[in-house]
Amino acid sequence: MTQIFAYIPFKNGSAEDVALEFPAAAGKIDPTADLTAVVTGAGPDLDAVAQEMAKTYKEVIKISHADLAYPNAELVRKAMTDVLPHDAVILVPHDTFGMDLAPGLSVKMDAAYAADIVDFEGLDGTTLKMIRQELGGAVYTHVTSDISAGAVITIRPGSFAPIEAGSAGGTVNDKSGEVKDLAAKRKFLEVVEAEVGDVDITKSDVLVSIGRGIEDEENIELAQELAEAMGAVVSCSRPIVDAKWLEKSRQVGTSGQTVKPKVYMAMGISGSFQHLGGVKGNPFIIAVNKNPKAPIFQVADVGIVEDILEFMPELTEAIKSQ
Amino acid sequence: MEILVCVKRVPDTAENEFELNSAGNDLDRDDLVYSVNEWDNYAVEEAIQIVDNVGGSVTVVTVGDDESEEVLRREMAMGANNGVLLSDDAFEGSDGKGIAAILKAEIEKGRYDLILTGAQADEGAGQVGGMLAAMLDYPYASLVNKIEAVDDATIKVGREIEGGNQEMNEIQLPCVLSIQTGINEPRYVGIRGIRKVASVDIPVKGAGDLGIDAATVGDAGAKTKRVDYFVPDLGEGAEMLEGSTDEIIEKLIEKLKAKGGL
Ligand SMILES: Cc1cc2nc3c(=O)[nH]c(=O)nc-3n(C[C@H](O)[C@H](O)[C@H](O)COP(=O)(O)OP(=O)(O)OC[C@H]3O[C@@H](n4cnc5c(N)ncnc54)[C@H](O)[C@@H]3O)c2cc1C
Ligand SMILES: Cc1cc2nc3c(=O)[nH]c(=O)nc-3n(C[C@H](O)[C@H](O)[C@H](O)COP(=O)(O)OP(=O)(O)OC[C@H]3O[C@@H](n4cnc5c(N)ncnc54)[C@H](O)[C@@H]3O)c2cc1C
Repeated sequence: MTQIFAYIPFKNGSAEDVALEFPAAAGKIDPTADLTAVVTGAGPDLDAVAQEMAKTYKEVIKISHADLAYPNAELVRKAMTDVLPHDAVILVPHDTFGMDLAPGLSVKMDAAYAADIVDFEGLDGTTLKMIRQELGGAVYTHVTSDISAGAVITIRPGSFAPIEAGSAGGTVNDKSGEVKDLAAKRKFLEVVEAEVGDVDITKSDVLVSIGRGIEDEENIELAQELAEAMGAVVSCSRPIVDAKWLEKSRQVGTSGQTVKPKVYMAMGISGSFQHLGGVKGNPFIIAVNKNPKAPIFQVADVGIVEDILEFMPELTEAIKSQ
Repeated sequence: MEILVCVKRVPDTAENEFELNSAGNDLDRDDLVYSVNEWDNYAVEEAIQIVDNVGGSVTVVTVGDDESEEVLRREMAMGANNGVLLSDDAFEGSDGKGIAAILKAEIEKGRYDLILTGAQADEGAGQVGGMLAAMLDYPYASLVNKIEAVDDATIKVGREIEGGNQEMNEIQLPCVLSIQTGINEPRYVGIRGIRKVASVDIPVKGAGDLGIDAATVGDAGAKTKRVDYFVPDLGEGAEMLEGSTDEIIEKLIEKLKAKGGL
């Protein structure tokens, strides 16, 4: 029988949303599999999460160590390699921690690796069929992994419908004693909070959000004029911040701000999951993109195939003349 | 500091509209425009800046085919000192671990203090750097957006985590780092720069040169395989507004008014 372990990330004693998505993912891998939650950390926060998880998971493995108080991927990897069976399937979220942990974990477990999985199509013998995206979401692929010697799989947060938190009394197994040496060549120092900018895009009901399609710094004016005419605020995708055309506080996405506007205008944005991960609250999304196949059109409510550099000034004029 | 930067030749997402081939199982690759993976340009720029400050040299390496040589030349035009192409029929069909194992063999032939990769490439896996580090038993940090020298044996790195916060770590050399975009502003490479390195010799190494057992890489060694490409049926998607630009704008303004956008 397949044994599946899910690594549960948490903050301040409460598990992240993905904790309730793992059971749905595991069910799609093998509905008969044994699913166990794994929590690592230290102190009361860890105990709180272990108890919370025991409501949903029949078994919870707890690994407690003072050095794990902050999730340093190198240490978590060592702890998991010591405690978990090497032929198991290990699920990890595809987020900044999962990207730090999972590839190396698969090497140390001598297991297959599959990254950023958005769906599973089931197990045939020891061959697991999965779905993922490539090229920023422009295409999908089926991939298979031979899981006979175990697998480490990162799943994309938000891709599996969360189950209801249960009330079953699962057991918490403290396996801290099985951890051997936690010496590491990487030491966590501190977290430096992102700078706060002069505009708070999270407060705006309407966002005119620009992506790489804006092409040039000078063209940002076109978005500003449109936003002004609409009483909206300008936000952007990551490449605009990387190019230093707008400040970081205007960036929407997993490594930027989470916004919940009523209306979101995606202008020249392709629609990567890291960008869309910051667009919450089910806004009315309008996408303008010159590529009719842009992935953003799959999630937008209204789509327009136009060149934003020509379209935005015309829209601005039309709104002004109303 | 001796720095190795791993780079990958990828289809350029900004230049291509991706279509499936007539059989519907692969990309239509006939007219694809390729370039260096976006993240790798940041890694090469960072390496060049470090060497400008503390001395040493930058080597760029890729696992690929004959055509991958062009991306090495481009990075050498940016300022990398050396390029190495790892190419062999036996590498065909490698999964991420296969690529990492091939890179490891090359790394063990040299003496590098710092190995940089991009945070992710076209396939979006973000796997090669972390695997390589684990195979070498070097420490690893992913999504690095800041590097500061501490002393000969240690550096301080910032990792960009959720919300744009920065996780600071001290890490011992030699180490592997995956570089996130935005860490620097990669320099522009003009035609003249490319011309200057057009005739520089780029060694090509195969499985034999690297001492790699062909059964451990390529298709034979791959536990994870891509089966096909497809476009899923995701329902209707967006309501597409059509007509002349004036008509589209008129319809859009109606919708904006209805939804509170105006
Ligand atoms: C760990 C991690 C975290 C990340 N966090 C974020 C994040 O928080 N936010 C974020 O945005 N990204 C983030 N990214 C980057 C993300 O993966 C994408 O690379 C990025 O979102 C792409 O931005 P884009 O859509 O503007 O650019 P592209 O993907 O290049 O898309 C540009 C689009 O504009 C269209 N276009 C071009 N010219 C025109 C024109 N004249 N008129 C109309 N359309 C045009 C093109 O057809 C294309 O669809 C992150 C990546 C990683 C690895
Ligand atoms: C010759 C060859 C044949 C292949 N054949 C197949 C196949 O038949 N089926 C299949 O499914 N896949 C195949 N691949 C793809 C292969 O699986 C991927 O290259 C591998 O998974 C890493 O790509 P990624 O996009 O996941 O890299 P990521 O891990 O996302 O990339 C992160 C970083 O790793 C480094 N990196 C990645 N790839 C390379 C590379 N090739 N050389 C140097 N550095 C690199 C770069 O620094 C990059 O920024 C082949 C690749 C090559 C080079």
